[in-house]
Amino acid sequence: MQPLLSQACWDTLYMVGWSTVIAVVGGLPLGILLVLTDRGGLLQNVAANKVIGQIVNVARSLPFIILMVALMNFTRTITGTTIGREAAIVPLAIGAIPFFARLVETAVREVDGGLVEAVQSMGGNTWTIVRKVLVPESLPSLISSTTTTIVALIGYSAMAGTVGAGGLGDIAIRYGYQRFETQLMWITVAILAVVISLIQFAGDYAARSVHRRGGRSGPAPRLRLLKAA
Amino acid sequence: MITTSGLTKVYRSRGREVTALDGVDLHVREGEVYGVIGQSGAGKSSLIRCVNLLEKPTAGTVTVDGQDLTALAGRGPRAGRELRQARSRIGMVFQHFNLLSSRTVQDNVELPLEILGKSGKERSVKALELLDLVGLADKAKAYPAQLSGGQKQRVGIARALAGDPKVLLSDEATSALDPETTRSILQLLRDLNQQLGLTVLLITHEMDVVKSVCDSAALMQNGRIVESGTVTELLAAPGSELASALFPVSGEAGGEDRTVVDVTFHGEAATQPVISQLSRTYNIDISILGAAIDTVGGLQVGRMRIELPGRYEDNVVPIGFLREQGLQIDVLGQEPVLLKEGAK
Ligand SMILES: Nc1ncnc2c1ncn2[C@@H]1O[C@H](COP(=O)(O)OP(=O)(O)OP(=O)(O)O)[C@@H](O)[C@H]1O
Ligand SMILES: [Mg+2]
Repeated sequence: MQPLLSQACWDTLYMVGWSTVIAVVGGLPLGILLVLTDRGGLLQNVAANKVIGQIVNVARSLPFIILMVALMNFTRTITGTTIGREAAIVPLAIGAIPFFARLVETAVREVDGGLVEAVQSMGGNTWTIVRKVLVPESLPSLISSTTTTIVALIGYSAMAGTVGAGGLGDIAIRYGYQRFETQLMWITVAILAVVISLIQFAGDYAARSVHRRGGRSGPAPRLRLLKAA
Repeated sequence: MITTSGLTKVYRSRGREVTALDGVDLHVREGEVYGVIGQSGAGKSSLIRCVNLLEKPTAGTVTVDGQDLTALAGRGPRAGRELRQARSRIGMVFQHFNLLSSRTVQDNVELPLEILGKSGKERSVKALELLDLVGLADKAKAYPAQLSGGQKQRVGIARALAGDPKVLLSDEATSALDPETTRSILQLLRDLNQQLGLTVLLITHEMDVVKSVCDSAALMQNGRIVESGTVTELLAAPGSELASALFPVSGEAGGEDRTVVDVTFHGEAATQPVISQLSRTYNIDISILGAAIDTVGGLQVGRMRIELPGRYEDNVVPIGFLREQGLQIDVLGQEPVLLKEGAK
C-alpha cells in the first residue's frame, strides 16, 4: 500500500509541477499581452485583443476531460504517446495556460497607470515597462495566481488517471469508487488535503512576504485569491 | 526653453469630442519657474502632458530646449527612440508621486538611470547624491510605503532629476500635501531652480503656489491661455484676473452712487501718503473697504480697496490724480478699456 501511495503522490506532483511551469511560461506573456493590446493599452490592437481573448475564453470553458480527448493527436505528436504521465502533462498545461493568463490579466490590470506613465516620462519603452513596472508591481498577485493554478491543476490531474497517468486522484477513483476500498480512498483524500493546504500556505506566505516590502498599498493578496478562485 | 505654438488637443471617445487645448501658445524662458493655473477641467494636465508628449497633440508644436518634440513623435501611438531620449532629459513629478512600491527609495531614484543604461556603481553614486540633495539620505533603503507624503514627493523629485534634466514638469505636485509640507516642497523646487538653473513648469490650482515660487504665470480657461506674463507684469496689468486672484482684497460698495476703486502700490509709490493727498486736494471723503500687503514673486505689494462718493463719471478727475502718482487703478464694474479712455 505504501509504495502505491508514494508512487501516486510522486506522479501527481510530477504532472502538476511540469504543467504549472508550462502554464506560467505560456500564461504570463499571454496575460500581459491581453492587457497591452486592449483599448488604451501600450500596444493597442483591438483585433488581436479580441482574437486572443476569444481563444482564451473558449479554452477556459472546455471541460478538462474533453480537452484531453480533443488534444489526443497533438499530445501524440509531442510526446509520442497518449498514455502515461508525460501524455497527461500536455492537456493539463494547455488547459492551465488560459486559466493562468486570465488571472495574470486581472493582476496586471490592477497596477496603477500612473506608474506606467512615470516610466514613460523617463523615456522607458514598452518592454522596460513590462519588466520594471507591470511584473514586479503585480508580483504578490501573480504568486497568488500561481497558487490558485496549482490547486486547480491538482484537481484536474485526478482525471488524468483515465489516460493511465496515475496519481492520487486515480487511486481514489480506482480503489474507492470501483473497488470500495474506502480506507485507501480516505487516505488519498487526506493526503490530497494536506498537499493542497501546504501549497496554499506556502503560496500565501510567499505572496505576503513579497507584498510586505510594498507595504500598505493595495488589498492583501489573500482577498484577491478568494475572488479569483 | 519650452515653447508651444497653436497647441491643440482634442480627445475623441465613443464619438464624443472634448477640446482640452484650443491653440495654446506658451513660452517658458530658461531658468524661470512658470506656473499655470486654472480651474478643474481647464486643460492644465493636458497641456503639461503634451509638453513631453505623454499625450500626443492633435495640432501645434512643442519645442523643448530647441528641439521640436512633435516632429519626433511619429504617427503611431508608440514613442520612438528619439522621443524617448528627449523625454529622458525632461523630469516630471506627479500629484500622486507614482513611486514603485516594489522598490526601495534608492532603487526608485535609480530607475531612470537604469533606463539610460548607466552602470550599477554610477547609478548608486548618483542616486545617493540626489537623495542627499532632497534631504532624504537616511531613507535610501526604505520602501515608499514607509514614507510620509512629503518625503515621497521628495523621492519623486530626486527621481525626476536623475537624468540631469534642464526642464522639470510638475503636475499638481503639492496638491496631495498639507500646507506645511507644500511650503517645504515648493521651497525645494525654488532651491533647485536657483542652484541647478532648472527651468520649472508647474501646474497648480492654488494661487498660493504661484505667489510663493513663480516668476511667471498663465491663467487657463476652457483650453486657452487667457492671461500670461511675469508676475510683475501681471500685477501691473489693468483688470488682470490673475493679479486680483493673486492678491485679493474684499469689501462691498456702500450704495448705488459710489465708486469702488482698487489701488495697487508697488515700489516707490507705496511710501507716499497718496490717499490723504487725494482727500485734501479734492476735498472728498474716502472710505477704506479693505487693504492688504503681501510678497508676490519676491516683491512687496500693497493693495487697497477704497470707496469714493459719487458715480464713476463724477470721479474721473480724482482717479486720474491717483494714476498720475504711478499707482495701478482698477475701478470695479468698469471694463479695463473703458477705464483707459476715461483717463484721457
Ligand atoms: N484621456 C482623456 N479622454 C477624454 N477626455 C479627457 C481626457 N483627459 C482629459 N480629458 C478632458 O479634457 C478636459 C481637460 O482636462 P485636464 O485633465 O487637462 O484638466 P485639468 O485642468 O488638469 O483639471 P484638474 O485641475 O481637475 O486636474 C476635461 O474636460 C477632461 O474631461
Ligand atoms: Mg489636472
